[in-house]
Amino acid sequence: MKLELIGITKRFGSLVANDSIDLVVEPGQVHSLLGENGAGKSTLMNVLYGLYDPSEGEILVNDKPVTFKGPGDAMASGIGMVHQHFMLVPVFTVAENVALGNEATKAGGMLDLQETRTRIRQISDQYGFDVDPDAVVEDLPVGVQQRVEIIKALVRDAEVLILDEPTAVLTPKETDELLGIMAQLKADGKSIVFISHKLREVKAVSDVITVIRRGKVVGTADPDAPTTELASLMVGRSVSLTLDKQPATPGAVTFSVRDLTVQAANGQRVVDGLSFDVAEGEILAIAGVQGNGQTELTEAIMGLQDHVTGSISLGGDELVGRRVKDVIRAGVGFVPEDRSVEGLVGTFSVAENLILNRYDGAPFAKGLSMSQAAIARNADEKIAEYDVRTQSASAPAGTLSGGNQQKVVMAREFSRPLKLFIASQPTRGVDVGSIEFLHRRIVAERDSGTPVIIVSTELDEVLELADRIAVLYRGRLMGIVPGTVSRDVLGLMMAGMSGDEALAQAHDVQGGDL
Amino acid sequence: MSTATEAPASVSTAGTTGVRSWRNAIILSVVALFSLLVFALGAPGNDVTFRLSEQSDRFVLPPIVVSAPVIGWVAALAMVALAVLAVLHTRSGRKVPRWVLAVFALLFLIAFLTWVVGSARTPNVALYGLLAGSVTLAVPLIFGSLSGVLCERSGVVNIAIEGQLLFGAFAAAVAASLSGSAIVGLVAAAVAGVLVSLVLAIFSIRYVVNQVIVGVVLNVLVSGLTGFLFSAVLTEDSERWNSPPRLPVIEIPLLADIPVIGPILFAQTIVGYLMYVAVAVIYVALYHSRWGLRTRAVGEHPKAADTLGVNVNRMRFMNVLLAGVVAGIGGSFFTLVAVSGFGRDMTAGQGYIALAALIFGRWNPIGAFFAALLFGFATNLSNVLSLLGTPVPDQFLRMLPYVVTVFAVAGLVGRSRAPGASGIPYIKG
Repeated sequence: MKLELIGITKRFGSLVANDSIDLVVEPGQVHSLLGENGAGKSTLMNVLYGLYDPSEGEILVNDKPVTFKGPGDAMASGIGMVHQHFMLVPVFTVAENVALGNEATKAGGMLDLQETRTRIRQISDQYGFDVDPDAVVEDLPVGVQQRVEIIKALVRDAEVLILDEPTAVLTPKETDELLGIMAQLKADGKSIVFISHKLREVKAVSDVITVIRRGKVVGTADPDAPTTELASLMVGRSVSLTLDKQPATPGAVTFSVRDLTVQAANGQRVVDGLSFDVAEGEILAIAGVQGNGQTELTEAIMGLQDHVTGSISLGGDELVGRRVKDVIRAGVGFVPEDRSVEGLVGTFSVAENLILNRYDGAPFAKGLSMSQAAIARNADEKIAEYDVRTQSASAPAGTLSGGNQQKVVMAREFSRPLKLFIASQPTRGVDVGSIEFLHRRIVAERDSGTPVIIVSTELDEVLELADRIAVLYRGRLMGIVPGTVSRDVLGLMMAGMSGDEALAQAHDVQGGDL
Repeated sequence: MSTATEAPASVSTAGTTGVRSWRNAIILSVVALFSLLVFALGAPGNDVTFRLSEQSDRFVLPPIVVSAPVIGWVAALAMVALAVLAVLHTRSGRKVPRWVLAVFALLFLIAFLTWVVGSARTPNVALYGLLAGSVTLAVPLIFGSLSGVLCERSGVVNIAIEGQLLFGAFAAAVAASLSGSAIVGLVAAAVAGVLVSLVLAIFSIRYVVNQVIVGVVLNVLVSGLTGFLFSAVLTEDSERWNSPPRLPVIEIPLLADIPVIGPILFAQTIVGYLMYVAVAVIYVALYHSRWGLRTRAVGEHPKAADTLGVNVNRMRFMNVLLAGVVAGIGGSFFTLVAVSGFGRDMTAGQGYIALAALIFGRWNPIGAFFAALLFGFATNLSNVLSLLGTPVPDQFLRMLPYVVTVFAVAGLVGRSRAPGASGIPYIKG
């Protein structure tokens, strides 16, 4: 099936999310849409899938113009979509999720799930998905849930599959498997629109790459084009993808964690017996697939978790059992993983957000009142230093872009002398340009002698920043490896292999290949 | 890569060794000790008679006569044994089996009934009447909670059950009085329920007003409106406006004569039979029909349903209207079955109890049915006991259904999980 978008424009009020975009997807082709967060990729796909009406422009299927009033029409035309946030009902079984909206029925509107099960098994066997039609979706690993989404599209005879940031939630191994599935689908004559901002993956699977920036197509690229070229096309200026950082010069170990266990409300050990140290002047990256205990670990250090046992000591002081405020006073800077909910108060001004950790002391507080002059002066300084793009210091922080919000959070946390710096997902949803800046700032903090912990699910980021890497899997430490380790080793560890085994195996594989 | 371990799951399966909930064990132990003190040590010395049938019935079962202290001691000791079992289970890290909880609840009920009836002036109670009365009192609760199931399963919180019941009761009384036909009253009740639903649906779905607030306002509105019409119109000429014919009890020959369950299942008014039908139909439809699948989908994850071409808000609208039919018919029970005629605010908070039954029944039609039965039983028990002259003050007995409700809703009997999107309006895009 050939799919063509001609001059698609989508406006939300005065905001132009898509500006006359042209796109042609040929049959049996993997067509990648490359662009930063907020470039308009998802909007375009939602137009294509009938979720948004285009303000202007035309969609052609097999050279015939079509209009989609809703996703039902798009599906009927052979377009299927796997959303970034899965559109699966968590309490339903796989079969119920697949049947929904397209139910086979017996007399009286009663469901005939048997037919759906048969279809699921058929597709599952064909592509080697290994999906049980009667499993409840919320019990399934993320990778399998994604396959259910693909099955949903295939059951509806989709000829064009839109995959919206499909690898964001996957382990490296699952990502490899997905790329394999895409190749198989392509071999069966399906077209795939692959949306991503991860250059490596795009280069690995694409036949054609279209780059989108600020709602416009800025060019097409060959998959063989060098990474830096793609990156600069995506960002609109040349970027250096590698961070030139000096080797670490670790000092004394001032932060150590011993036998740390965190229990969730239901009693499960979400962090299970962790022990590690961080020295002054080094970056320890905590890698792992999302949801393997990273959030709970950082929150336990900050005093945000109940049911914490074990010991966390900073410069000889025990932190377990202390209030959050005491932990902050002890000199811990913290960038939480969800800046818009936990890192900032969205309705407060940028200036106010910049002093959230120091509001009650000089120079900002004077007795019962606040010194507006000092707050404004501080804001002007920080905005200039961190190049925060904001209308003014009094603009609500929630109106800033992701990258600028993160700069505000970082500026605030670095605004006082630290004894430990922790950042969770420091560059998630941040544009490539800002990533560079934030990374440099983190390395500068390390070089000034602060122990730094970075939690990230992005392997690129981990490898970029880390002096040492600790991998978490199901709340347990799989091992701590040097920052120069290969991706394969990290991938194995993220799937639950101990560091030593992973090193040995990766070595074997390499030896075998050579 | 062949030795690579299995695909990583979420942390939910990690380290399950630490999972241990003492809640059930502690509750059972406390209740068992209480039973030992009150039902066994404090047992009255006399015999207790439970009658199973009337002398005039076709089949007469002999009454059960038991010794209060014997039952008290046996039941209390058995409860202590079960509590110990629960503690042992919990200590070894296993969950307390369901049958332990069920048997424990049954024993408690038997011990309590024996004790409370035995302590009365006349230690003699008609068990069949107690049960049949419970079902009768539960009928409007069941209709009300089914209305809640239909709304909440599709993602709309229905606080307006009270208003639907009251308006149904009012409309049934007036329509049946004017037409002289109880069936017309029944239909009018359904229409009245739909009218209340229509307001709820328009405001909560179309105009995205907070659903709880709309519901509460509707209850107040219906109470005020019916109260005004009652004093301004109905009491002026109650012969014309407020003397509806009652729905006849339809006995199914032979089956109605089965002792104890016969009158419960086979000697009901049309509203009573409709109740059983509604529970069965809604249950089957919710879990086994296309409508049910879509209803549950829009209540759990509306966006997922939308991306598959299901019209979320239309689905919700239809469900809320259907809920009005169900609750309206439930309302007719008050004026066409229980008493003949409408009284100001006669539903007396039953709609809220129905809401509790819905939660206690875990948003499941059959669960809601049994929860409503439990509340009906508590209400009826307090009625019967105050007639028998128990040592427990009347006021405490009348609190019984509400105490049961509070404990039930507080999640004492396991966590309830509401539909994921219940109460959250769906706005496209």
